[in-house]
Order: sequence, then C-alpha cells, then structure tokens
Amino acid sequence: MSPWRLAARRFARNRPALTGAVLVAALVLAALLAPLLTADPLAQPDPVRLQNQPPSAAHLLGTDPYSRDILSRTLHGARVSLVVGIGAALLAVTLGAGVGLTAGLAGRRTDQLLMRGVDVALSLPRIVLLLAVFAVWEEAPAAAVVLLIAVTGWFQTSRIVRASVLSLREADFVAAARALGTTGAGIVRRHLLPHIAAPVIVSASLDVGNIILLEAGLSYLGLGVRPPTPTWGNMIMDGKDVLFSAPWVALAPGLALVLTVVAFNLAGDGLRDALDPRAAA
Amino acid sequence: MSGPAPARPPLLEVHDLTVNFSGSDGVARAVDGVDLTVEEGETVGLVGESGCGKSVTALAILRLVEPPGHIAHGSSVRLGGRDLLALGAKEIRAVRGNHVALVFQEPLSALNPVLRIGNQIAEAIRAHEAVTRGTARWRAVEMLTAVGIPDAKRRASAYAHQLSGGMRQRVLLAMALACRPQLLLADEPTTALDVTIQAEILELLDGLQRKLGMAVLLITHNLGIVAERTRRVYVMYAGQIVEEAATEQLFAAPAHPYTEGLLAAIPRLDERRDRLQAIPGQVPPATAWPEGCRFHPRCPHAWAKCGTEMPPLLEVTPGHRARCWLVKEPERRKK
Amino acid sequence: MLRFAARRLAFAVVSVAAVVFITFLLVHAAPGEPMLGTPERALASPETMARQRTLFGLDRPLPEQFLRYARNLARGELGESFVLHRPVAAVLAEAVPNTLLLGGTALVASLLLGLAIGVVQAARHHSRTDTLLSAATLVLYSVPVFWLGLVLLLVFGERLHWLPVSGMTSAGLEDRLSSLGRAVDVARHLVLPAASLALVQAAAFARFQRSALVESLDAEYIRAARAKGLTERAVLLKHALRGALAPTLTLAGLSVPYFLAGSVLVESIFGWPGLGRVAYDAIFARDYNVITATALVSGVLVAAGNLLADVAVAIADPRVRLDQ
Repeated sequence: MSPWRLAARRFARNRPALTGAVLVAALVLAALLAPLLTADPLAQPDPVRLQNQPPSAAHLLGTDPYSRDILSRTLHGARVSLVVGIGAALLAVTLGAGVGLTAGLAGRRTDQLLMRGVDVALSLPRIVLLLAVFAVWEEAPAAAVVLLIAVTGWFQTSRIVRASVLSLREADFVAAARALGTTGAGIVRRHLLPHIAAPVIVSASLDVGNIILLEAGLSYLGLGVRPPTPTWGNMIMDGKDVLFSAPWVALAPGLALVLTVVAFNLAGDGLRDALDPRAAA
Repeated sequence: MSGPAPARPPLLEVHDLTVNFSGSDGVARAVDGVDLTVEEGETVGLVGESGCGKSVTALAILRLVEPPGHIAHGSSVRLGGRDLLALGAKEIRAVRGNHVALVFQEPLSALNPVLRIGNQIAEAIRAHEAVTRGTARWRAVEMLTAVGIPDAKRRASAYAHQLSGGMRQRVLLAMALACRPQLLLADEPTTALDVTIQAEILELLDGLQRKLGMAVLLITHNLGIVAERTRRVYVMYAGQIVEEAATEQLFAAPAHPYTEGLLAAIPRLDERRDRLQAIPGQVPPATAWPEGCRFHPRCPHAWAKCGTEMPPLLEVTPGHRARCWLVKEPERRKK
Repeated sequence: MLRFAARRLAFAVVSVAAVVFITFLLVHAAPGEPMLGTPERALASPETMARQRTLFGLDRPLPEQFLRYARNLARGELGESFVLHRPVAAVLAEAVPNTLLLGGTALVASLLLGLAIGVVQAARHHSRTDTLLSAATLVLYSVPVFWLGLVLLLVFGERLHWLPVSGMTSAGLEDRLSSLGRAVDVARHLVLPAASLALVQAAAFARFQRSALVESLDAEYIRAARAKGLTERAVLLKHALRGALAPTLTLAGLSVPYFLAGSVLVESIFGWPGLGRVAYDAIFARDYNVITATALVSGVLVAAGNLLADVAVAIADPRVRLDQ
C-alpha cells in the first residue's frame, strides 16, 4: 500500500480527526449555502424597535444593535473566515515551500542569504506590521487580507521545507536519480515534492485555525474586511458595546469561531498523526 | 556453587513467564512460557537473536514491561522464594535496583542527558537507603572509582555526552551496582562498544561479580561472550526457550538445530561478524509465530510433524533439554 | 560565550532595525494624512494642516525623512506625538511598564499552568483524565483571546461582581489606600486581563508540554530510572520533565509576539493603560512617531524573548552550548 493510502487509513480510523473533517465540510457547506438558508445579513428591518432582540422564533440567534439577524450574519461571516483561513494558509505554504526549496537546492550563498532573511522575518512582531498596514489600508478586500497574512506567515514553513530538502538531497534515491541523469526539475518533481508534501500539508492545516483567529482579531479591531460585511470579528465588536444588556450578540460569532478553529485543529492534528506516525503520541 | 541441588530456593526462579503485547495488528506473544533459574553467585547466559524476547524477559523480571505489553496471568517470577509478580508497587520498587539491577544495552540512551552522572548514581542509592545527599554523593564517587573511572570526583559532575562510550558503560555499571544487588540482569552490556572496550568491560564485570558475590544473567546474541564466563546457557528463539544446558555441554553437543546455527556463526578471533550468516531466513515477527515448531521454516532438518506439532522441552541428558523432535527421532537428522 | 552574545546582539539589532524600517515605510508611504480620525484633524483648516506637515517635515522626500528619523533615533530621540503633543518617550515610559506587568504576569501564569496540565496528562497518558484535558486544552487553544476577555468580563465582572472590569486602579481610591492596599487593588484589576491572555497560551504550552513529555517518557533513560527503583513521581518530575523542559522554554521565549498581539486586543477591553492601547490609538490616529516607536519597542521585546529562550534552554539542557 502506498504511504498516502496508509495515511488516509490512519486518518479515517482517528475519530477526533474525522469529526474535525466532517465539521469543516459542514462549515464550508453552510458558508456556501448561507444566502439560500437565511435572510439578507445586511437588512435592518427596524433599527429602533427590533434592535438587540433576544433569540426568538423569528430570529433564532436574536438581532444585533442594527436589528440585523445574527444567525444570517454568523453564517455569512463564515465566508470571510474560511476564505481567509484556507486561502492564506495555502498561499503561505506555497510561498514557504518555494523559498525553502530554493534555499535547499541553491548554492550556499543564496541559502545563507535567504535563511538569514527568514531569521530576521521570524523575529518581527507580525501583528504590529499587520495593524499598521490595515490601518493605512482603509477598505481592504478579503483578497488583500489573504495576501498580507500569507506574506507575513510563510517563514516557518520555509525552514521546515529547507531542512527536508537538505536531508533528502544526500539520500540514496536522490543520488541514484542524479546518477541516472534525471534533470534537476525532474528530481524536484518526482523525488523531493512527494517527500516534503507531508510536513507541508501538516503545517498548512495546523495554520488555518491560527489564521482564522488572527483575521478575527484584526476585524474585531475594525481592520481588514470592514463593516457592514459581516465577519465574526466585527460582529463581536458590535456585541462588545451591548455586552451586558445583550450578550447573545457577541456570543454567537464567538462560539462559531471556537467551533471552526476546533474543527480545523482536530483535522490538522489528525493529519499530522496520519502523515507522521512517529510524531503521534 | 556446584554440587547437589541446594536446599534453599534458587535466587531467581522464573516459571511459565508469558508477556503479551496487544496492538492494532492483534496480540503479540513476545515471551511465551519461559522457565529459567539462576542460583546465587552464578552466571547464566540467555542467548538469542534480537526480537526473540530476551530483553522483554529481563524487563518482565522487574515488572518494567510497559503498556501495551503486559505479563500474562499464571506467570511467576520468584526471587529467593518471594513472588515478585504479587508485590505491591512500593515493594517491587524496593527490589528494583536494590536486589535486582539492570544494565542496558545502549549506555548513551540509558543515561539521562540532562542530569549529572554522579547525581544519577546517587539517586539510585537514595531510592533504597536512608542516607544524606552528601553520603550518597560520596558513595557515587566511590562507585565510579570502583568501575575504573579515573578522577571520579570530577567526573561525577559530568554529563553523559561528555564521556566516551566505554566510560558511559562503566557509569551504567556503577549505577546498577550502587546498592550491591544480588542479581544483575545485563542486557547486551557490550554490544554498542568497540571490541577492545568490550573485553575491558566484561573483565570489569567479572571482577566486580567476584567481589560482590552477585549472580549475573548475561543476555546476549553472541555465544562467544557466553562461552568463557557462564556455567549454564539458555537459548531463546521466537519467545521460547529452545535449549538449556551446561555451557560445556551446549558447545560440545548442541541438540537444537538453531543452537547449531548460532555456534556456526560465532565470530572467530581474527574477524568480527555480527550477523548470524549460518542460519537462512529471519526471526518471524511476534504477531505471526509459525505453527508447530517455530524454527521449522528455517530448519534444515524439518519434516511434516515439525510444521504441525510444537515440541516440548525434551530431555537430552540430565540438565540438558531441547525443544526439538530430533531428540526423540534422531534418525530424522539430515547430514 | 562572548562570541555568542555578540552574535545575538548583532542579530537583535538587525531585526529591530528591520522592524523600524518596515514600519516607517508602511506608515509614511501610505496614502492618507497624519492625525486622520482625530477631532483636531476634522476641525483644522487646510492651511493649518499644511503648516503642521512642514513643521514635522512630512513634506520632505521619504528617504530624507527616514534619514532624519534614524539620526534622531541614534541619539535616543523618538520624536513627538502629533496627537498627544507630548514626547513619544514619555508616552511609552508610562505604558511599557504596565504592559510588562500584564504580559509578564500572563506569561508566567500560562507557563506554570501549561506545565502543570502537561505533567498531569503525561503522568496518566491515554487515561480518561488525559483525554478530557486534551479536549479542554484543544478548545481553549481555539478560543479568540479578545472573545475570552469579553466572556470573562461578562461573567466575573458584570454578573458575579467578583472583580473590577476596567482600568488598572479603582478611581478615587488611590489616595486612601496604603501601598499594600494599592498593590492588592492593581492585582485585582490585573486578574481578568491577565487570565484572558494566559488561559489561551496555557493551553498551547500544555499541548506542547504533554507531547514532549510523552515522547521523553519513551526514552531508555526513563526505563533505566524505573529500573533503579525510583518512584513514578521522581521519574516524571526529575527525569522526564528536565528533558522536556527545553522545548517548552523555547516556546515561551517565542511567545512574546503572541502576548504583544494579545495586549492590543485585551488592553482595550479592560481599559488597561499599556502599550497595546497606545499602539491601537496611534494607528487609528495616524500618529506616525508613536506607531514607529511602538514597533521599535515590540521589536526589542521580541528580540529579548528570543534571547531569554536561548539562555533558558542552555540552562535546562547541558548539551546545548551557547557558543556553537
């Protein structure tokens, strides 16, 4: 059996991991179907009389200070979180893998230069930089958020990939391929990529949850994707002002965040255990 | 320690010891009904290839088998007549390192890398004797001197990675012998070392054994080591004892084809070989012991019965037993 | 040792310089005006704004502005806040100690709590307790820190009235309290914001510590320690924990950015007068000099955290030698 099939089997046998994967799938589905399932998240039926209503049959999760339906906003908010979380994780991993491969395969001087740069980049306070950029960038679309989070988040992956490449470069099967006259690109594609794929997938999947939390933090501060587009972060910000009188406003998006991040972390832990059985405790 | 059977119970008496490992691929019986005895002051060999269950046997004697492994019901391990398997957690701890000590194969991994070696010896002493920190430390230095470590006082504050392989094995010996145990379980004590250092360590072990009057169960894959320093030998294969005999007897007239194979593979003085090239095939995994005699797939003499019926330990001569149908049907032996 | 110190110091200087440079660039190259979003700005005439720009040299070319900033910085001058009309150094001098108190308390608390949970789990790994604690730390690790702050505020501050909800001291009480009373008062104000920061990070430490410990419990030296007749307690706390401490200490040193990010979010919830609040206000007011200086201080704190981690690891693990 191929190692990938084996990993899939291990993952399928891991109940928490499977739960996480199912939850992620359900969340993606809910985000996709949000417009069909619920009302307009921006509609303000009656800002005066219908504001901060507790949960009821008409509004299952209640309404917010602008009389908007919290259930609808929570489902729509999933879109930003998922797009940013998954998109930025994928982009960051691609960047990291690219730099890591380059550093591992290029000469000593390129390697040194890149890795010193990564060392410095890793010691930068990411949040301060992001705050500065987004504060400057009045209306950042989700794509910009994805880009900026990815650009400030690939450093660790590049280290992992470079380390794998360096250890594989001396491996027998790579030497054999080289001796057989396989070209550099061929070696990378046929021999290196399959081996670095596992750590890269693990690192990406474990990163999604953190990125979702980061995005939520930014939009809680009113940065990034701006109101009135619902994000869980800016929904919690709306709820903060009425925390004591209408706690449900901040509760629903917060619980949605926890659930989503738990789901990704469960699935990510499961992927790690499945792809690297030695690391499983 | 020769002569007629002593009136006292033997120092160590292992009876029907069975250790199971339950995993996702089913239950593996790593040790299967092992019987062995060690008399006071005696050196006994336990020989077999890696994976035959000899290390698990040593761990099981001190109840150090960790989950998913567990010692099966009906096993018994008696030390001076006392059943170790029936002891409480506190009582078995009082035996470990005190009456029975264990020396491990790989000295670098058996020493804690972040604790000073003197400390690691002293804590063994303090686990069993009510002595002050200072006394324990002083005795640790004394032990280090006894195992031939020069400048022991200074070396006591070294860490394992600062010592050579031979030095580390000496430290492990000092740690094991710190409480003057009656029995030392030495699991491949020299395998990780260079040949010359191997000889030094074994010589040291012999000397210390005479001085302390302790018994040693010498566990090894190397019959050559056993030949010179044991009175009796057990040969283990696939979780079972397959032959037991006085050492001279075993070397002169081995009864089990596996033992014959091991003897043929002994490295001669002028070359060093670790692999037992004389026996074709490999030890089967513990999850899939073969039917019948477990050695039959590799045995040059095997016939139909060997593949279906497991032979018991059959007496060859008094004190010499082998788990092989050839004992009963010697005419089946092929030349 | 000296060479190590020199290299680390050089590295720290480079990374702090990079932070300052990038932030300066981001802030100044961005479109938009300084003091955006402040009442002053809304009232000021275009002429006043132009005068302001000339006064602060904001009409000069960017490289010139940066050179001037760097020259001033080298002399230890951080400039003046456009909005607060005070020297930036004075603003930071008030805020930084408060953030160090909050972040330091949270770091120590999360490390102790995380270690304790990790040890309990490893001691009984694969037991029901372990599974439950794993689930708990996973959830806690997935909670947004600002939302946890709001929940704690709601439950312990507003509903149960156990703890004060805002600020660092009780208004009006300062003069009437003894110094011990003042310390207790600050401590009571510290509990909720520090707990918000600490709980999430404690979960991260616990997850890490558990797996490091479980791994080190597999080591041969653990078996050797048991074979010596040591108690399980000694095996776990003396043998396993010592070996598994180094990676967690590294993580603790590297967690400084997390606490800085958390302080931006949490300080505004609990009205804690620290660096996070200053950064938050400055960013929205486009208070250039304050933003850059906050980034500078963050860079220094992160570098200090990395350095502390290296030293702690060298103490915990004798195999690590700092001069290599």
